[in-house]
Amino acid sequence: MEFSYTLAVLIIPILMFLFLGLVGMKLSNKVAGVIGTTAMGIVTAIAYAIAFTYFFGDSQGQVIDGVRQQLEVVNFTWLQFTDNLIIKLGVLLDPIAAMMLIVITTVSFMVHLYSLGYMKGEKGFQRYYAFLSLFTFSMLGLVVATNIFQMYIFWELVGVSSYLLIGFYYTKPAAVAASKKAFIVTRFADLGFLIGILILSFYTQTFDFLTLTSNPSSMISTASGATFMGCSVMAWALTLIFMGGAGKSAMFPLHIWLPDAMEGPTPVSALIHAATMVVAGVYLVARLFPLYACEVGVLEIITVIGAVTALYAAMVACVQSDIKRVLAFSTISQIAFMITSLGVARPEIHEGVGYMASMFHLFTHAMFKALLFLGAGAIIHAVHSNEVKDMGGLRKYMPICHITFLIGCLAIAGIPPFSGFFSKDEILVAAYSNSPLWGIWLTVVAGMTAFYMFRVYYLIFWWNNPDYGHHTPHESPATMTIPLIFLATVSIFAGFIPFGEFVSWNRETYTIHLNWTVATTSVLVALAGIALATKLYMKENKAPAAMADKVRGLWTAAYHRFYMDELYQFITHRIIFGCVSKPIAWFDRHIIDGTMDMLATVTNSASYAIRKLQSGSIQGYVMVYFVGVILLAVITYICLI
Amino acid sequence: MIWDNILIYFVVIPVLMLAGLAISKSMAQIRTICVIGASALLALAAYVTIAYLGERATGNTAAMLFTGSWMWFEPLNIHLALGVDGISVVMLILSSVIVFAGIFASWKIDPLPKEYFMWFCLLSTGVFGFFISIDMFTMFMFYEVALIPMYLLIGVWGSGNKNYSAMKLTLMLMGGSAFLMLGILGIYYHSSIDGNFTMNILEISQNNAIPQDWQMYLFPMTFVGFGVLGAMFPFHTWSPDGHASAPTAVSMLHAGVLMKLGGYGCFRIAIYLMPYAATELAWIFLILTGISVVYGAFSACVQTDLKYINAYSSVSHCGLVLFAILMLNTTAMTGAVMQMLSHGLMTALFFALIGMIYGRTHTRDIRQLGGLMQIMPFLSVCYVIAGLASLGLPGLSGFVAEMTIFVGSFEHTDMFHRVFTIVACCSIVITAVYILRVVGKILFGAVQDEHHRTLTDAQWHERLSTITLIVCVAAIGCFPSFFSEIIRNSFLTIIKVLPL
Repeated sequence: MEFSYTLAVLIIPILMFLFLGLVGMKLSNKVAGVIGTTAMGIVTAIAYAIAFTYFFGDSQGQVIDGVRQQLEVVNFTWLQFTDNLIIKLGVLLDPIAAMMLIVITTVSFMVHLYSLGYMKGEKGFQRYYAFLSLFTFSMLGLVVATNIFQMYIFWELVGVSSYLLIGFYYTKPAAVAASKKAFIVTRFADLGFLIGILILSFYTQTFDFLTLTSNPSSMISTASGATFMGCSVMAWALTLIFMGGAGKSAMFPLHIWLPDAMEGPTPVSALIHAATMVVAGVYLVARLFPLYACEVGVLEIITVIGAVTALYAAMVACVQSDIKRVLAFSTISQIAFMITSLGVARPEIHEGVGYMASMFHLFTHAMFKALLFLGAGAIIHAVHSNEVKDMGGLRKYMPICHITFLIGCLAIAGIPPFSGFFSKDEILVAAYSNSPLWGIWLTVVAGMTAFYMFRVYYLIFWWNNPDYGHHTPHESPATMTIPLIFLATVSIFAGFIPFGEFVSWNRETYTIHLNWTVATTSVLVALAGIALATKLYMKENKAPAAMADKVRGLWTAAYHRFYMDELYQFITHRIIFGCVSKPIAWFDRHIIDGTMDMLATVTNSASYAIRKLQSGSIQGYVMVYFVGVILLAVITYICLI
Repeated sequence: MIWDNILIYFVVIPVLMLAGLAISKSMAQIRTICVIGASALLALAAYVTIAYLGERATGNTAAMLFTGSWMWFEPLNIHLALGVDGISVVMLILSSVIVFAGIFASWKIDPLPKEYFMWFCLLSTGVFGFFISIDMFTMFMFYEVALIPMYLLIGVWGSGNKNYSAMKLTLMLMGGSAFLMLGILGIYYHSSIDGNFTMNILEISQNNAIPQDWQMYLFPMTFVGFGVLGAMFPFHTWSPDGHASAPTAVSMLHAGVLMKLGGYGCFRIAIYLMPYAATELAWIFLILTGISVVYGAFSACVQTDLKYINAYSSVSHCGLVLFAILMLNTTAMTGAVMQMLSHGLMTALFFALIGMIYGRTHTRDIRQLGGLMQIMPFLSVCYVIAGLASLGLPGLSGFVAEMTIFVGSFEHTDMFHRVFTIVACCSIVITAVYILRVVGKILFGAVQDEHHRTLTDAQWHERLSTITLIVCVAAIGCFPSFFSEIIRNSFLTIIKVLPL
């Protein structure tokens, strides 16, 4: 096959992981970093070549009758379960996979490059690059998966890479706790994913994406009649699979791990917790979209969860004081946009615009959110703090960072002509076409997005000039500014990509039309949000504090993220540990083991007791003898009568 | 001639080692003998595997290969009968790897190294003998040979409350073998209709003569008898105490191989010989093993002693082995053997690492440990890998085994099996909780005890031991088909014959 070189994008990162992991310690930081970055550069180039050939070449049957084909480039048996259920590992190329290849390699390469400057002099530099390679490998393996079990395998691998990278500063207790939390929460969600896979594969007798999605209605009907608690098992399977996606994509109420995950190095947050891994849930639903489209009820659940998350996260983001937390909640909110967009998509309405919109937003969001995170990293690097109160007035000291960050903010706020405008507009169109409720809901959230992003923007770059301590902040080195400039450029222009021509739910060409009503409304709402932020936060003043006082209850609740963490803390520590684990452990030691010990004790005391009989005194024996004889006589007598 | 049978050398080599150790004079000699013997066993296991695959490739579909039978005790028709199928081959590889790693893990055992290694070899003799036997009596004999040395190994070289633990472990396992003995005798006296009673498993299975009502009595006896060794709830309490007190290599061998004797025996004797009772009574034991899986995992969550955590973790993982065997279908049973293999390797790795950490810090209390990553990076990284294997990370062995089990278990469509499968699936989350709790507590964070800063990282023999195990764990995780296919093909033929 012509595309078999696609395997290289998987092989190079995993070799790089093994190389840096095993012999990295012997290399100097610089050499290790440069080797890692170069390898990633090569991978990026290959990925671009693949995507380019896939979208624009037509020699290998990528397009038949105007439909882009799904090509199984490589597929070999890895493990056979039953006659039909076989885990294969392979590479599937289709529009969304090709698009994800571009997103992942671009952001990953930028992060590799950026980290050369950001992580300079850190202990464990080689380890850091090794983990980045491991992550890139796992994420690429996830998007090119040919079957759902392969996806699950790489799904777990990205989870563990995320765990390792969040806990990169392993001497910091907060980082250790955060990594643990991230892993366990996503593991819990993956339990749903796993059970979903088990149900789905049992009834359809296949893991294969192509088999599952090429004729979805017949797949759904394989389980016809099988119900559980009033719903068809397929609906259960798809909901449970979505649960896995919701965990990875930090959907309410499984979102709690993502804000804490910000304990990891900032470039990692940009790569994993903004651009790539957290959109895996969106990708999963998109991958199985034909199946979901047959189970409208599940899509409605997805819509509701997405919409609730979007609003919730936006509200929380409005009041956070840690720059990375604001970005984290903003990420949650934006991913919720994508999820909602998939939820409202219906193949029959508007040519399934929601699907295209979701992928489009995934693409643009990856670019501008990576930009924002890397910008935040540069700022944190300069002022050595995550808190916005330690920033302010930075525009004078860090012009490049300032401009690029502003571009990111404009993009996420959805101001034309920046990329976020185009993708968000499509999402809103999809939402309105499904139901005005979701349309208005998302428009409001979009306005809040503009507000909180500009709130942090002003707090960082305007507001006041705090005392920076011993040194004045300064612009970052070129390794850090180049990625910023590159991503900013992409964030400006990505919206002009005719995305619908490449990606649509049925893989045919979809022409994007701007819906002027929707676009105008959303831009006006976004501008209102920006205006409010400008009024409140441009110059240091007392108005924000006064406003917060007016809605003190809501403000405090939002600041504490509506006590979701406390709730989880309660459930895990009090209920699981306190009411399940501890009693079980006690029961085991005292009841189960106690019984065993008691058996031993009883045996022991019984033998002690019997020992007394064996006294050696003749009188005693004779006594027992006579008593026995008399007893026997009595018994015989009674029996005879 | 008995010496023509390749399998007998699995017993001969440890016996020769035993003899060699008896006349050895110095530590160097002891080590040389052990290393040569362990390597020979490893090579032999590899050779047998290749020969086995070669035979199968030529189309030999016999249930057991390399069979041989020599009369031992005429009146009772007891033979020394040998033979292996895919399942035993895999177990032989597992045992030889763990014996090899165990020797290096107890490189500097003190005191009485000679006696220690002699008991160790005797234990190995029992283990290997068990896996190559197909005669119930010799199987039982080797089983006992493997159990008795445990008492002395723990009682003499153990730590903590060792007398109590050694006594408890031995008594509980002996209690199990009492049931087992009864079961075996029962099977023997129903092994054929015409009065030609036999101990040979293959013949019993072919005769298929055990009356159904007797199966209903004998199955629970044999299953519980082996189940005790497989740490089945509620007969698992020897495991935490026993492991906590046992010296490193003994824990490795015990959790790594000896507990597998339980699972293997449950299949080979209880289910294989009494399929009717197995289908009828599986539900009772499914409940018990299902409880084991979750119960062990929850118990592990709140333990503070590293070895207790691992012992409960073993209860959970071995519970999954028995659970899967009771699913009585090819996929789940294949998963069960994969899980034995996987759990054997990773738990041996765990115990080896715990032993090495304990040997340095002199504590296993997780509250007194912390920040070991800064002090002994090699051991810590290995510990993380073992932890990830245990919580089922793809690419390491645990994942493959668990997934095979879950997919196989899900083939049952009734509510009972479904519910218990989902309950068992939940263990993957709880496992993550206790593994990450320990990893976070002892390896990461700040150094808990300033005295630990002076400690050294692993020495060469410790590295060799852990790397051997890690390579095996990763190899199975990355290329599972090799073992999975050997096991699966064996089960395919067995399941076809059994009226399950």
